[in-house]
Amino acid sequence: MIRLFLTRDSAALAVGADDVAEAIAAEAKARNLALSISRTSSRGLFWLEPFVEVETPAGRVGYGPVSVADVKALFDAGFENGGAHPLSQGRTEEIPYLKNQERLTFARAGLTEPLSVEQYQAHGGFAGLKKALSLSGQEIVKEVTDSGLRGRGGAGFPAGIKWKTVHDAVADQKYVCCNADEGDSGTFADRMVMEGDPLMLIEGMTIAGIASGATRGFIYIRSEYPHAIETMKAAIAAAVAANFLGPNIQGTDKSFTLEVRRGAGAYICGEETAMLESLEGKRGMVRAKPPIPALEGLFGKPTIINNVLTFAAVPFILANGSKAYADHGMGRSRGTLPFQLAGNIMRGGLVEKAFGVTLGQLVNDFGGGTHSGLAVRAIQVGGPLGAYVPASQLDMPMDYETFAAAGAMVGHGGIVVFDESVDMAAQARFAMEFCAVESCGKCTPCRIGSTRGMEVIDRIVADQDRARNITLLEDLCQTMTDGSLCAMGGLTPMPVMSALKHFPEHFKRTKRLAAE
Amino acid sequence: MTAKTTLIDFTGQGDSPAPAICARHGNKPDALLEILHDLQEEVGHVPESSLAVIARALNLSRAEVYGVATFYHDFHLKPQGQHVIRICRAEACQSMGGRELQAMVEKFLNVRMGGTTSDNKVTLEATYCLGLCATAPAIMVDGKVIGRVDAARLKPILAEVTK
Repeated sequence: MIRLFLTRDSAALAVGADDVAEAIAAEAKARNLALSISRTSSRGLFWLEPFVEVETPAGRVGYGPVSVADVKALFDAGFENGGAHPLSQGRTEEIPYLKNQERLTFARAGLTEPLSVEQYQAHGGFAGLKKALSLSGQEIVKEVTDSGLRGRGGAGFPAGIKWKTVHDAVADQKYVCCNADEGDSGTFADRMVMEGDPLMLIEGMTIAGIASGATRGFIYIRSEYPHAIETMKAAIAAAVAANFLGPNIQGTDKSFTLEVRRGAGAYICGEETAMLESLEGKRGMVRAKPPIPALEGLFGKPTIINNVLTFAAVPFILANGSKAYADHGMGRSRGTLPFQLAGNIMRGGLVEKAFGVTLGQLVNDFGGGTHSGLAVRAIQVGGPLGAYVPASQLDMPMDYETFAAAGAMVGHGGIVVFDESVDMAAQARFAMEFCAVESCGKCTPCRIGSTRGMEVIDRIVADQDRARNITLLEDLCQTMTDGSLCAMGGLTPMPVMSALKHFPEHFKRTKRLAAE
Repeated sequence: MTAKTTLIDFTGQGDSPAPAICARHGNKPDALLEILHDLQEEVGHVPESSLAVIARALNLSRAEVYGVATFYHDFHLKPQGQHVIRICRAEACQSMGGRELQAMVEKFLNVRMGGTTSDNKVTLEATYCLGLCATAPAIMVDGKVIGRVDAARLKPILAEVTK
């Protein structure tokens, strides 16, 4: 029996993985070969998708990117026994891109089927939850605090402190909410967890519930991720059936229930208080803080809100101890971050590395430079509200504090590469436009500043009263930074000002924006 | 004693599936987004006439329901075309020619982003990130994700939706 592995991650589906699976099955039938295809999570080697792996005595051998047209030739080459073929990548584990990573959170990526509780456990799953069931809430919180884990959604707030606040709060009901509104361009690690290893997220959230005394949880998933929504719902049912979720988990007195809620296409709902409003069935309008959600969150009750990757890091920390996690990283950025290489890059995909890896190592060594072959001009790190980093700063280590000092941010670890054909004035204008489209409208600097920002950039590019308009743009950005209620308006100036600072010559051309 | 009258009759629910959908979600106001999603999946859009019905079931004001239905990009009060193409406008796709892709589709369909072709066949919508940033540029056609979109991949898709 030939055993093949092909992911069901939507990035692979988007480039024809289902068609390839079908073609392989049909070809095997025509050749009278017995064959099984296991639809696993993704290795995160997206430039190789659709990536077909075959089990051999020496381990899995991978082929990619496979198209339907390649299938016959692969069989002719005896790929089912690991035969040589131009698409062969050799043993998957030996691919440098994968071999040089430090996968703590994504240790199972590509190995297991997303909904199999059995396979999940065979690869270390639920060990963290079992450990947590033997500890007090305080002890769990201490483990998380000692690990140095910080919020992976972008803000980098220490998870342990947040958990402790909710643990110490007294209330008849507490909640755990997972922010899975991964709206930042260039990010897909949350999606990969939910589509590929959803039980890990369930485990992390359940541990948070046990630690804080919360008995109900919600996962707020953006509607742009239909596959993640479907997989998460099925995984919840599977976890309940296996008694790792629901009442009296594993025969203890601990109970935790989980529910998936769909977003509806509003970027602002990735802001935690807007997400709470949305979970309550309202418009996604940002709330003023204080009160902080840890004390008055969902339905006014104490609520742990973390990103998918934050919860996903927790099972490892509980299973292996806080030290095993904290041993990775640099400075106050402990552990690993699943970086996401995207945009104009030769080898786009997921690279989980300890903090401290440089931007250049990620973009060049892992990513292989631009896809177009042109030189790298700018890298937007941390989503649409992150700075455009010039190629001259590629030696910066990925660390929250280093990036903040350089006027940039690590954010959710999204890295979008642009080659030298990019018009940075157009990118700056887009940042303002995006803010205008997605602003919730509650505060003036964000709601109106973004539209005024577009207009000012248009005037600068059209060379109208240039010096004064640049001063005006700087002033406007300062107002948005200082006066906005949340990060939407508060950080939109970051891509704008970084583009202006590093690429002032781009703001001198007159043609492109006038045409738009 | 005269019978109580109201200017607008809220009781006439016609054959709207809204009450059943609300009931399925326990008539809970916090499930409003889920209810609107379900309704839109069933009907194709969120008919304005259903807003009052939902408000009544959830014990909300019509203004609150209208406010939610119009806040989120996903919900449409008017029917869309038979097919919906969503093109990612976000940065990762821009870096791989997303702007040119958008221009190509707009030109072929002779419709701008947010519009529907005159024969009602295709609605073109902007989306900001489908999470396919490593296989950019990406689009979504009738809920199906497609990555690494170029002119060659686009051609059969456009032929299919305009058939």
